[in-house]
Amino acid sequence: MYLLILTILIPFFFSALIPLIHNRVGSIHLGWLVLLVPLVLFSIFTAQIPAISNSDILMQTVHWIPSLGINFTVYLDGLSLIMALLITGMGALVVLYSIYYLSPSDSFPHFYAYLLLFMGAMLGIVLSDNLLVLYVFWELTSISSFLLIAFWYHRKNSRYGAQKSLLITVFGGFGMLAGFLMLHSMTGTFSIREIIATIAQYTDHALFYPAMFLILLGAFTKSAQFPFHIWLPDAMEAPTPVSAYLHSATMVKAGIYLVARFTPIFAGNAAWFWTVTLVGLVTLFWGAYCAVRQTDLKALLAYSTISQLGLIMSLFGLGSAALHFGDGEQGALYGLAIFAALFHMVNHSTFKGALFMVVGIVDHQVGTRDIRRLGGLMAALPITFTFAVIGSFSMAGLPFLNGFLSKEMFFTASVNAAGLPVFGAPTWGLVIPIIAWVASVFTFVYCMIFVFRTFFGTPHLKKADRKPVEPTLGMLVSPAILCVFIIGLFFAPNLLGDYLLRPALNGILPGISGATPHISAWHGFNTELFMTLGIVVIGTVLFLTLRSWIKIIRLQPAGWTFTAVYNSFLKNLKKASNWITTHYMTGHLPSYFAYIFMFFILIAGGTLIYTGALSIDLTSDSPISVYEGLLAAVMAIAAISILFAKSHLAAILLNGVLGFSIAIFFVLFRAPDLALTQLVIETVTTVLFLLCFLFLPEWTAEDSSKRTKLRNALIAIGAGVTITLIGLTVNSGKLFDSISGYFENSYELTGGDNIVNAILGDFRAFDTMLESLVLFIAGLGVYTLIRLKLGKGSGKDEHQ
Amino acid sequence: MESLIIVLVGVLTTVAIYLVLSKNVVRVILGTAILSHAVHLLILSMGGLKLGTVPLLGEEAVNYVDALPQALILTAIVISFAVTAFILVLAYRAYQELGTDNLGAMRGSDDE
Repeated sequence: MYLLILTILIPFFFSALIPLIHNRVGSIHLGWLVLLVPLVLFSIFTAQIPAISNSDILMQTVHWIPSLGINFTVYLDGLSLIMALLITGMGALVVLYSIYYLSPSDSFPHFYAYLLLFMGAMLGIVLSDNLLVLYVFWELTSISSFLLIAFWYHRKNSRYGAQKSLLITVFGGFGMLAGFLMLHSMTGTFSIREIIATIAQYTDHALFYPAMFLILLGAFTKSAQFPFHIWLPDAMEAPTPVSAYLHSATMVKAGIYLVARFTPIFAGNAAWFWTVTLVGLVTLFWGAYCAVRQTDLKALLAYSTISQLGLIMSLFGLGSAALHFGDGEQGALYGLAIFAALFHMVNHSTFKGALFMVVGIVDHQVGTRDIRRLGGLMAALPITFTFAVIGSFSMAGLPFLNGFLSKEMFFTASVNAAGLPVFGAPTWGLVIPIIAWVASVFTFVYCMIFVFRTFFGTPHLKKADRKPVEPTLGMLVSPAILCVFIIGLFFAPNLLGDYLLRPALNGILPGISGATPHISAWHGFNTELFMTLGIVVIGTVLFLTLRSWIKIIRLQPAGWTFTAVYNSFLKNLKKASNWITTHYMTGHLPSYFAYIFMFFILIAGGTLIYTGALSIDLTSDSPISVYEGLLAAVMAIAAISILFAKSHLAAILLNGVLGFSIAIFFVLFRAPDLALTQLVIETVTTVLFLLCFLFLPEWTAEDSSKRTKLRNALIAIGAGVTITLIGLTVNSGKLFDSISGYFENSYELTGGDNIVNAILGDFRAFDTMLESLVLFIAGLGVYTLIRLKLGKGSGKDEHQ
Repeated sequence: MESLIIVLVGVLTTVAIYLVLSKNVVRVILGTAILSHAVHLLILSMGGLKLGTVPLLGEEAVNYVDALPQALILTAIVISFAVTAFILVLAYRAYQELGTDNLGAMRGSDDE
């Protein structure tokens, strides 16, 4: 049964099917058909929950390129299952929402084909066990994201955002690929499970840390971590369902997934702990800080997504300390951070998905997402307002909503980390809870901005904006379901915890059995609770005085952003490549020849010397007779004289000397067929040259500069020496037996006495036939070149 | 003998490549012709020289020289003749059309 592999293939299959069926669905909205895919997949994955929660693992393999160790192995454990449920569950809600969101003028087949392509690729990432298969799916998500961001491709900003996201994520993906190859060269396998099983032997390997940092680069770019976060705000040019799905709930969590998946491989050392933690914390703070000054609701949500991704990332960093301690009380204590990370990952998908859908509704019903123009929508959109409050209060970490629980667990983890006895944490550990707290204050502020600026106060709508009313019921279903989860998860968090999060935790922290976390809302009056209270108090004060201090934040000069750095990098890259191209693509044949021969000397000659293959051994040479010596001398002199020939007649005669001398060599070297052919061909060639010289001008001395001549001479001598050295090396020893003995049976095999003829006419007859074809084509070419001229009517040489 | 031929091949290659790097069309063509001479000698010497009799079975000899390089060279001679003939006519036509035999002066047109 290849059910799991089918779950990856079904979206791809339907994606390919859409162009064929979209004209036949009649009045039914294409979205309803597409909706079936995530619904079916979601139920398939839901059916796996009982098995997985018993710590079972499902695995299916299809051999793909077994000789290279590349197999299509699908692997479902707790972590994969959480991701798969998020992908298909959010997918279903987003497709449902999009049916009402998209306008009839949009191209439905494109939209849904891309969306299903993404869904299949994303499932491929979280279910693959083979690194290279994972990489292929990873890049496929980048490509589908590119297509979806540029869905409204007539907008300049859409195209810019799409290109930016593609360049940054593919750059990181490329680094990740290099990391994967390093892992393979260390461990000899592409299978993640096998690497986890054997990695302990390789932690001292020289490639261990490079592989780790390159794979983290892939994860950070994909999950929009500082300073690669800049692509995410521009990705908001995509239709809102796409933003909700790809750019907050699933694709940006691929990097998080990667970090989780590789935790058992790389974690347990200070480099991983501090890199993941600090990048996460900086992203958490920077995202929250930037979100506060946004005026576009979607941009605000984009920065808040960056910030929340940073939070989850830092939790994976903090939790990695567990693997340093191994099984035991401390391992279980720090392992809680990873449990919190998984929990927050699910929570974030629920509340952020709901918030994106709220923004979509506001945009759809009012026609603007600009905070400066919005306000007072509470009366007109009461249901949407309720969703907005539930979503943003959960994000702010307020009680009775799931965000409160995971935020508290985040504070617990950060306070625990401050007391960590290793990795330099006794000195620097206090930084962690401080950054976490400050960033959370900003989070609280932007959550309040989201709710109060949009739904309270007075609107400043323009005439073009529509009069706001609640949307159709269908648009409200998806956010309503998400809001049920937001509240439901607060009251029954351990349902999720026991069935999904704990098996996932066991997969991420193998061997730490002591971690049996239980989520509870009330821990008494502890540090975490006071941190939350402080956030509410300070955050409220800051929100109320927003107008007076927001000006200070806005003082940051326009050119001093990471996006400006990216833009100027791109511009200079174009300039530089343009400069390089115009300088080496000169359009002159001699330059190109020079490149070819220089590379020949460098690579062929270089290899010969570098590998130490060079050897000269004259012992097996046959003796030289006087005639042969003389003949060789004549040829060398004739060749060199060509360089100094004053007329082309002299040159062609010297070339004739070379050709006929070679014919004599062929006689001496027992090759009568060659000698005959060479004599005929050389005669015809010489005649042909002479004929052409009738029409070509006498050659003049080379007008090149001394420098060019010197350069050419050096290249020529270098190539000549390289050829000589290669020839001498080959002549010095035979690595394997010649195959020529086989042809000496030519009489038995072909009935021919002349071995050369037997080879040409029988053993390699096809070759010879094609060679005749080449002659024929060359003849056609010659004929055409001459005829073309006659056709043009310049009959000067018609008699020829 | 083999080493002597290989050194000769080196000399021929040097001359050929110097000619190929020239701007004059005829020099370039001559260069390619000489280059094929050099390659033929090189291939022949790779099989060992004068190690037996002519590769004709009627000779009743103990050893024959290696016939395989000879077959390859026979093909190569014919092909290189075809190529030389073609580029010669090409050079002639180019001169008729463009009025120059200087590769530096032969540039594509702007609308190319």
